Amino acid sequence: MALLEVTGLQVKFDTPEGEVQAVNDLDFSVKRGESLAIVGESGAGKSQAVMAIMGLLAENGSATGKAEFKGQDLMQMSRKELNNIRGCEIAMIFQDPMTSLNPFLTIEKQMVEVITNHQNLRRDEARAHAVEMLRAVRIPAPEERVKQYPHEFSGGMRQRVMIAMGLLCEPGLLIADEPTTALDVTVQAQITQLVGELREKSNMSLILITHDLAVVAEVCDRVLVMYAGQVVETGSREDIFYRPQHPYTQGLLASVPRMDRPVDDDLHSIPGNPPNLMELDSGCHFRERCSKVMDVCSEDPPLQVARDGRMSRCFIDMANGAEGTAAGGAGTEDAATETAE
Amino acid sequence: MRQEGILQHSASRLLGLIPTLLVLITIAFFLIRLAPGGPFDGEKILPPEIKANLDVKYHLDEPLIKQYFRYLGQIITLDFGPSFQYKDWTVNELIARGFPVSLTIGGLAMLLAFFLGTLIGIIAAMRQNTAADYSLMGVAMLGISIPNFVVAPLLILLVAVYAGWLPAGGWDWSVQRMVLPVITLALPAIAYIARLTRGSMIEILHSNYIRTARAKGLPEHLVIRRHALKPALLPVISFMGPATAALITGSVVIERIYSIPGLGSYFVQGALNRDYTLVMGVVVFYGVIIILLNFIVDILYAWMNPRIRYNEAQ
Amino acid sequence: MNTSVDIPAEDPFAAAMVEDDIHGRSLWEDAWHRLLKNRAAVISGIIMVTMLLLVLVGPLLSPWEGDFTDWDNTSSPPSLETGHWFGTDSVGRDILVRTLEGGRISLLVGLVATLVSLAIGVSYGAVAGYYGGFTDRIMMRMVDIIYALPFMFFVILLMVVFGRHIVLIFVAIGAVNWLDMARIVRGQTLGLKNTEFVEAARACGVDHNAIIRRHIIPNLLGVVMVYVTLTIPQVILVESFLSFLGLGVQEPMSSWGALVNDGAQDMESAPWTLIFPAAFLTVTLYCFNYIGDGMRDALDPKDRL
Repeated sequence: MALLEVTGLQVKFDTPEGEVQAVNDLDFSVKRGESLAIVGESGAGKSQAVMAIMGLLAENGSATGKAEFKGQDLMQMSRKELNNIRGCEIAMIFQDPMTSLNPFLTIEKQMVEVITNHQNLRRDEARAHAVEMLRAVRIPAPEERVKQYPHEFSGGMRQRVMIAMGLLCEPGLLIADEPTTALDVTVQAQITQLVGELREKSNMSLILITHDLAVVAEVCDRVLVMYAGQVVETGSREDIFYRPQHPYTQGLLASVPRMDRPVDDDLHSIPGNPPNLMELDSGCHFRERCSKVMDVCSEDPPLQVARDGRMSRCFIDMANGAEGTAAGGAGTEDAATETAE
Repeated sequence: MRQEGILQHSASRLLGLIPTLLVLITIAFFLIRLAPGGPFDGEKILPPEIKANLDVKYHLDEPLIKQYFRYLGQIITLDFGPSFQYKDWTVNELIARGFPVSLTIGGLAMLLAFFLGTLIGIIAAMRQNTAADYSLMGVAMLGISIPNFVVAPLLILLVAVYAGWLPAGGWDWSVQRMVLPVITLALPAIAYIARLTRGSMIEILHSNYIRTARAKGLPEHLVIRRHALKPALLPVISFMGPATAALITGSVVIERIYSIPGLGSYFVQGALNRDYTLVMGVVVFYGVIIILLNFIVDILYAWMNPRIRYNEAQ
Repeated sequence: MNTSVDIPAEDPFAAAMVEDDIHGRSLWEDAWHRLLKNRAAVISGIIMVTMLLLVLVGPLLSPWEGDFTDWDNTSSPPSLETGHWFGTDSVGRDILVRTLEGGRISLLVGLVATLVSLAIGVSYGAVAGYYGGFTDRIMMRMVDIIYALPFMFFVILLMVVFGRHIVLIFVAIGAVNWLDMARIVRGQTLGLKNTEFVEAARACGVDHNAIIRRHIIPNLLGVVMVYVTLTIPQVILVESFLSFLGLGVQEPMSSWGALVNDGAQDMESAPWTLIFPAAFLTVTLYCFNYIGDGMRDALDPKDRL
C-alpha cells in the first residue's frame, strides 16, 4: 500500500487580477522507502501541490482533492490533527535556508520545540537528541553550535540544520522543495549525498521537488513531470531518462548540455513560454511549443496509464513513442508522426 | 568575543550623545537670548538703577559668549540657576515640583499606549482584512487624526460635566484626576502603536520562518507567541523613543487643559514671560530625558536582536 | 522597449512580446489604478476636494462676514431662521463663515509649511545621498542630533522669540519638520545611485546634472509625493497646537486651532462653537492620512500592509 496517495488535487488562487489554477487534477503516490521527484519549470505548480497537501497554502489559496497518508485524508483533517502529523510523520524542508530559520531563536530552541511538541521527552533528552541529529548531518562541534543563532551558520549549514530538524521525529516522509537551488554546486552535491544516505538508513520516503535533472538522476526512484499545473508524464527513473514519452519531457532532457556531444553544437531549448495560468484554454497546454503537435491536440489530451504505473498526457501512444526520443537522441527530430484516431 | 556586539554598540552610542547634548543647549541658549525684550521688561517698569543692578546680578551685562560658558559650567554641576519670574525659586526647585507630576501622567500614558496599542495591533493582524481589522484600524486612524486638544474638551464635556463621573481637572495626586489626562495623552500613541504593530506582525506572519514553524506542526498560538511576537515588536520598541518625545510634547497641551501643574505648563509660562533660566532648564532637562530614553531604547533593541547582540567580527 | 530588432515574420512569439511592450503600463499608471481601487483613499480624496471648494468659495457665498458681530444673536445655537447655520459665538460672529475662513488659514499653513519642509528636506537629503561618503555621514549625523531634540519646544521658542507673524509660522514649522523628508530622500537617493541604470548612464558618459535630472528626480517623485501627503496633516496639527496655546496666527485671522481654543472656553454653554471647527479639523486630518496611506500602498505594493 502506498504511504501517500494523492488523487484529484486541484489548487486555485484568488488574486486581484483573477483566478489562477495552479494545480489541475494531480494524481500521484509514494510508497514506503521510495523517492519521487516532481520536476517542471517554475510556475508548473510543483510547490503549490505539496503546500496544499501540507496545509500551508496562502490565505487566498484553496485546494480540493484527496491526499491519503497512511490511510487518513490530510485534506480533511482539522488543524490540530494536521499539526500532529506535520513535523513528525511528514517533514518538509524549503528552498531558502537563509530565511527559513527564525533569526531570533537559537538552533537549540528551534529544534527542541519540534521534539517537545510531538514527543514526551525531557528537555535535556530532547537536547541530546538534537545534538545527535546535528552530528548526523555532519555539523562540526554540534554541542556548541546548537546554542548559536542562525546568522552564525553558512547557507549550506543552515540547510543541513533544516534537514536535521526535519528528521528529529523520524518521519516516514520527507518533502524537500528545491532544497539545493539556492546553494553552491559543491554544497549541492554534499546535501544531495547526505539526503541519500539518511534515507537509506531509515527507509524514509522522499518527495523531491526540483528542476535540476542531475539531482533527480542521482537520488530518485520515480519521476513525475508537471507542466502548467498538470501531470504530463510519470515513470521510473530509467523510463523517464531513457524512454521519455511526452514531448515536453523529451525537450527537457534534450535541453541538458551533454559532455559527449561536440562542443560547438547549438544549445537546445524548448521554444516559447509557459502559458498564462489565468488564461488556460482547453486542449493540450503544451501544444504551442510542441514539435510534434497535431490537429487533434486542440482537444484535451487523455492521460494514458500503463499497467506499471507509467503515465503520459498526450495523444501520441505510449508504446509507439519509443524510437529516436531517448535522452541521447537528437531531441526534437521526430522519426514518426502518428495521427491518433 | 560574543558580547562584543552589544558593548561596542552601547559605547559608540554613548559617545554620540555628547555632541547632541551640546547642540541642544547651545541652540536653546542663543535662541532665547535673541528674543526682543529681556526678562525684566515685563509688567512693571523698573527704575534704571534697579534694572542695572539686576542685570549685574544675573550676569546679563556680560558678553554673550561669556554668559554661555558660564551657563555650561553651571549645567555640568546640574545647577540651572534661579528662576527670573518666580523670584524665590530656583529652576531646580521648579523642575523638582513639576516633573514628578508630568512623569506620572507621561509614564502611565506610555504604559497604556504600549500594552493597549500592541494588543490592538496583534488582534487586527491576526484577523487581517476582516471587519474587526477594518474597524480597529479605522478607529486607530481616528486616534491619530483627532488632536488632543479636541479630544480633551469633548471628554471633559461628556464624562465630567454631563455624566459627572470624574472631575474636570486640577491635580491632587488622586487616581480620579489622573484618568482623563492619561487617556487623552495616550490616545494618539495607542493609535500609532496599534498601526505599527499590525503592519509589523502582518509582515512577520508572511515570512519564511513562520512557514517553517507551521510546517513543524506547531499549534498556531505557539507560532505567534514564540516565533512572531518578538520580531514583530522590535519596530515598536524602536518607536518608543520618538513616542516619548511626542508624549512630552503633548503634555504641554494636556496640562493646560486639565489645569495640571506639571513641567509643561511651567515651560509655556516661562516662554511667555521670557524667564530665560526656566525655559532653558526645562528644554535641557527634557532634552536629556529624550536623549537618554533614545539611548536606552537603542540598547534594548540591540539586545533583543541577536544579529547585533552576538556580532560576528565584521 | 526596443522595437528596432529584426523580428522574423514567422515568429509569433517574438511578435507577441513586442506587442506587449508597446501596450505596457507605465509604473505611474499602475500606481494610479491601484490607488483608485482603494476606497478609503478615493472617498477621502472626494471629501478633500469638496472641503477645498467650501473654504475657498463658501465665505464668498455667505451673507455674513467673518468679523461681523451680530449683536441680536450672540451665542445662539445653529438654526435656519437666524441664518446662522452653525450658530454664533459669544460676540455674535457666524461660526460657519469663521470655520471656513479658518480653514483657509489652516490649509494654507499646511500647504506652505509643507512646501518649506519639502524644499529643505529634498535638497538636503538629495545632496547627502548623492555625494555619499563623508558628506553624507556628517549631514545625517546632524539630522540625528536635531531629531533628538524636543521639537515642539523649539517651535514654541521660535514663536516666542520672533513674534506671531504668519510667514514666520510657515518657516518655523517647515524648518522643524523637514527631517523625515530628508531621511527618506537620502535613503532613496543612495539606493538609486547604486542602481544599474544609473551606472549604465555614467558608463555612457552622462554628466552628473543630467543624471540627477533624468534618473534620480523622477524616481524620487513617488516617495516624495507620499510624504508630502502625510506631512500636510502633521503640519496642520502643529499649527493648531500653536494656535491653541495662543502662539499661532493673530486676530483677526483665525485658524481651526484658534477656533477650537475659543470654542473650548465656551463649550459648556455653546458647544457648537467647539464642535464645528473641531469636526472640520478632524475630518481634514483623517482624510489626508487615508490619502497618504493609499498613495504609499499604491506606489509600493511591497509595503502594503
